[in-house]
Amino acid sequence: MSKVLDKKMLSRDVVQMKLLAPEIASERQAGQFIIVQVDSDFSERIPLTIADADEKAGSITIIFQIVGKSTLKLAQKKTGESVENLLGPLGKPTHIEKFGTVVCVGGGIGVAPLHPIAQAMKNAGNRVITIIGARTKDLLILEDEMRSIADELIICTDDGSYGRKCLVTEPLKEICEKGGADLAVTIGPAIMMKFCAETTRPFGVKTYASLNTIMVDGTGMCGGCRVTVGNETKFVCVDGPEFDAHLVDFDNMMLRLRSYKPQEQDANHACHLQAAIDQLQR
Amino acid sequence: MSYIPADKLKEEAQTIIKEIDFSNLKPKDRLRIPMQEMPAQEPKARAKNIQEVALGYFEEQVKLEAERCLQCKNAPCIKGCPVEINIPGFIKAAAEGDYQKSVNIIKESSMLPAICGRVCPQETQCMAECTVGKSLKDMDKSVAIGRIERFVADWERAKGKMSVPEIAPSTGKKVGIVGSGPAGLTAAADVRKAGHEVVLFEAFHKLGGVMIYGIPEFRLPKEILDKEIDNLLSMGVKIKRNFLVGRTRKVKDLIEKDGFDALFIGTGAGLPNFMNIEGENLVGVSSANEFLTRANLMKAYTPDKADTPIFTGKRTAVIGGGNVAMDAARMALRVGAEKVYVIYRRTENEMPARREEVAHAKEEGIIFSFLSSPVRILGDETGKVKGIECLKYVLGEPDDSGRRKPVAVKGSEFTLEMDSVIMALGNSSNPLISQTAPEIGVNKWGNITVDEDGKTSMDKVYAGGDIVLGAATVILAMGEGRRAAASINKLLADNK
Repeated sequence: MSKVLDKKMLSRDVVQMKLLAPEIASERQAGQFIIVQVDSDFSERIPLTIADADEKAGSITIIFQIVGKSTLKLAQKKTGESVENLLGPLGKPTHIEKFGTVVCVGGGIGVAPLHPIAQAMKNAGNRVITIIGARTKDLLILEDEMRSIADELIICTDDGSYGRKCLVTEPLKEICEKGGADLAVTIGPAIMMKFCAETTRPFGVKTYASLNTIMVDGTGMCGGCRVTVGNETKFVCVDGPEFDAHLVDFDNMMLRLRSYKPQEQDANHACHLQAAIDQLQR
Repeated sequence: MSYIPADKLKEEAQTIIKEIDFSNLKPKDRLRIPMQEMPAQEPKARAKNIQEVALGYFEEQVKLEAERCLQCKNAPCIKGCPVEINIPGFIKAAAEGDYQKSVNIIKESSMLPAICGRVCPQETQCMAECTVGKSLKDMDKSVAIGRIERFVADWERAKGKMSVPEIAPSTGKKVGIVGSGPAGLTAAADVRKAGHEVVLFEAFHKLGGVMIYGIPEFRLPKEILDKEIDNLLSMGVKIKRNFLVGRTRKVKDLIEKDGFDALFIGTGAGLPNFMNIEGENLVGVSSANEFLTRANLMKAYTPDKADTPIFTGKRTAVIGGGNVAMDAARMALRVGAEKVYVIYRRTENEMPARREEVAHAKEEGIIFSFLSSPVRILGDETGKVKGIECLKYVLGEPDDSGRRKPVAVKGSEFTLEMDSVIMALGNSSNPLISQTAPEIGVNKWGNITVDEDGKTSMDKVYAGGDIVLGAATVILAMGEGRRAAASINKLLADNK
């Protein structure tokens, strides 16, 4: 059992939740994730990245978007209530060292897991440039947190409602052209990570992508999370979640992410989900 | 084997029982008692439900089957049992109708009789040594030891009160058991009996390891599993669920910081194998582990209740010939597949699956394609499975395992239309422990290496079960857990 210590809506369908998990809080490192299951009998186990942790308070913070039944169930938990199962920290931690200038590129909800990585990179003595993007201003998260870490912060929105009107790949390309990147880390929708990898590839800038695939156990047992990396099959949960973005087969990954689309649509008509999200705003 | 309805089996047993004078049976007479078939659900009906297939003996059948035992002085069957249950002892008590005594005798050696009675491959263990089978020159006619074991265990559970072994006075020592599968549970019970404090760590939200996520409800009902585990835990074992040793806490920290006097690692087999053929990452291809975990642990067979989805194809191919392949194929039928193929590259004779499971699968309508193996999986324009291309094989010379090696027939490609493929090709070891505890030595396959006491290369740390053996069976894992527990008990007794 893990108690919900605090919950707030970061945007209409993005939730920030603080959970009591002292063991995870003290062991977790940047880049790792957890598996959460609201109740033992029939709930789904879902992997979510750790956005922050407070070892003293024994708490971890997760940030997630409501995309279906399971994330909605989690979002409906109120402060003081508990989720039944929380497992972690899972996955290999990010390899942190002094690379020089590290460009951290986050899109949408991907900014959340990027936050501890940017922090750790900064602490290791790197110059950190952060590019964060969202469809529109209201969907942008963790701007202040990222600003406090980054040496330079670039904001992009698709509709130009805030920051630059462009995709995150545009400033990324400019930085690479100036020879200003020793390493890039990208977390966000698969399609964004794919194009970040394509952007840095011609410049030979080493790029890591943190993948969030379908998982059941999160410990290597099921293989549902497998991705093709450099023509080899890898398990995101035990071999990752971070891989060399230039070697990841993102097209196959995107395909596999849609494996259960028909069942997911059965589980929640879009209108039901929207109505439930409306409820949460009150 | 052909299907005989349960009431018919009961009637037959009742008739035979009346004709026998049990007060004065000679070995010759015992050999004449017919072996009792296991009553089962009707095949067509059970292929569409999730309830247990085997229904358990009727009391008359238990009497007859137990009376077939010759009570050999040298008890060869015990040598065939990895946990050395006093088999003639419990069978004699069952024959006398003293079921409590019978189950108590089993529990001296195994705390999981209802489970072992269901899932042990008795035909390759205790039954393979049975004098009755040898005398009748048909090992299939050995005493059905597991079925009797199951009956007495079920009898005790139905009665509501299950016995718990005596526990020695507290020693003040603390032992951690990593993994709550058959190896871990057995080790936990044995170490606890010696009076040590036991903490059981499990990564999942439910206990049982492969018995909860892998073995299907229709072969091992989870209610029975839970009850048997609860009974074992009532010995005073502490449980830490959602705890992944290696990640939530390192092995080293458990010993150096948290004061564990010894650890037993029984984390199981782990990573599912794939074939590394084209199309294996298409939508609709999964490992048997994933498919069965979704179905069993996550209860995806009840789609109206469970949130976890499962890929329900109309035409499913299961690749492999072991028990897991049988479980996956039969589960696929139950979650809605119309045609299920098992594709295996050797013949039925070489199949590692239990014969009983193969027979059950056939009765339920599973189609077997022997001497064939996939070359690639074909996808449609949206990346979903649409077929599987296979090659035909013939059997050649025996290989290292003693089985005749399958050899591909050139130009024999054929294609089967499929919309889902389940890979049941065994497992490789999970690298988590060795990644996070380099002190623990592993072999080239990543299995933890242990000495004859079950001790690893790290001080105070023992291991057993599939993480040591590679993929094996529930009972072998239990045997490993028992051996390591004995070593741990000895270590702690010596270190007073």
